[in-house]
Amino acid sequence: MDRERYELNVQLAQMLKGGVIMDVVNAEHAKIAEEAGAVAVMALERVPSDIRKEGGVARMSDPALIAEIKETVSIPVMAKARIGHFVEAQILETLKIDYIDESEVLTPADEECHIDKTKFAIPFVCGARNLGEALRRIAEGAAMIRTKGEAGTGNVVEAVRHIRTVNREIRQLVNMPVEEVTGFAKANGFPYELALQVRELGRLPVVNFAAGGIATPADAALMMQLGCDGVFVGSGIFKAENPARRAEAIVKATAYYNDPAKVLEASIGLGSAMPGIEISDIPENQILATRGW
Amino acid sequence: MLDLQGDVVEHVDHLERLGITAVRVKEPSDFVHLAGLIIPGGESTCLSRLLNIFGIREIILREFQRGLKLWGTCAGTILLAGKVMDESPCLSLIDIEVQKNAFGSQLDSFTAEVTVPRVAPKPIPLTFIRAPKITRVGRAVDVLLRQDDYIVAAESHNVLVTVFHPELTPSLAFHRYFALKCGLKPSADEESSVIDPTWNSRSWTRYARF
Repeated sequence: MDRERYELNVQLAQMLKGGVIMDVVNAEHAKIAEEAGAVAVMALERVPSDIRKEGGVARMSDPALIAEIKETVSIPVMAKARIGHFVEAQILETLKIDYIDESEVLTPADEECHIDKTKFAIPFVCGARNLGEALRRIAEGAAMIRTKGEAGTGNVVEAVRHIRTVNREIRQLVNMPVEEVTGFAKANGFPYELALQVRELGRLPVVNFAAGGIATPADAALMMQLGCDGVFVGSGIFKAENPARRAEAIVKATAYYNDPAKVLEASIGLGSAMPGIEISDIPENQILATRGW
Repeated sequence: MLDLQGDVVEHVDHLERLGITAVRVKEPSDFVHLAGLIIPGGESTCLSRLLNIFGIREIILREFQRGLKLWGTCAGTILLAGKVMDESPCLSLIDIEVQKNAFGSQLDSFTAEVTVPRVAPKPIPLTFIRAPKITRVGRAVDVLLRQDDYIVAAESHNVLVTVFHPELTPSLAFHRYFALKCGLKPSADEESSVIDPTWNSRSWTRYARF
């Protein structure tokens, strides 16, 4: 990927700012998401809460399903490849979708290496729990970051933890004298040049969305007020009682996140949200956020 | 700046560089004392949904009748168009026909450098991201830039449309051109607006810090 292509890929993510990216498992869902005002859809076979329930190895979705969803909507289509599975990424690039999510929601294919994203022309979004993880992914060529949260739980607590961690580490970087950056970068695994850039910009150099556990309009507005540029909603929409209404409500609350009256209005009469899971009830080996490094 | 979704701060950054006061509007009561309104890039289906839900669409139509000048970039062009292939139009304020996402996927996004005589004397960098094409313009619409068999920039008396994103380039030329259309006095002249050497691709982040 040359510099110009990379910038175009960062810029597509800039177009998504203030919007909601929704997980969809078929063309019908994709249409509902688009009509509700999603800025992009994530095409996959099972939403994270089903992956969690059913267990087994979760892989890239059937290309036929992704192609069908791509035919159905005019908004950007994203799809997930397993961490480190560069051949799944090659297939998705050949399929000409708009963005690849190298995702911890799928079972990792490589426990040492993430995909070398600089080899691709297609953009990648990657998950992060802290600034170090975000900057390592950017160094590998990611054009967009999402905080990981804990997918498929309907519980926003991990998403909050991750964005707060990223923000705290950025504030520390911004406030420290430059000679302290080397040690701070070493201790936290930051690529040094990117740490300097973050220190200068006062934020990540690419768009950062929230993900993992967002289930209500209030959750979405919370993540926006905490400084995210937009939100991913996975199981939160199509595992809820009334997906179309909830999808539109989350779109409204994301756009008007600073206006409690509008978030209130969006929160009324949506039916029940997806059932949530307490994080401490999840066995440690089933925590998704710790996949990748 | 219409501040519902999309690349809002990128435009704000360009306007500030021209000494233009940019106000971000998202409530009906925000639409006062505006010389012009920019509808940014983003997703047109999302923007049109939000415009309808919160009654902003009617406000824009009302202000347009009162003389508000409008500029749409990319998704903004789709919202302003009188005809959109395969769907109903949103604001329908300029007699053009557009085809959404006409180049293909993100892999077909591209940059170019072209001279637009009416806007600036020197070549301007252009960035096309999942761009639409303008396939036809009405009699009262002037074509500013044509490429191959389609149109990428056009204007009527009150509306400017560009399917590309000047706000993602170092060029202030189109922002200056729109400011003049609105009767404002941008600080840069025609020559110096072509490239702002102090701009870089991360300039937008200063308006998007937490």
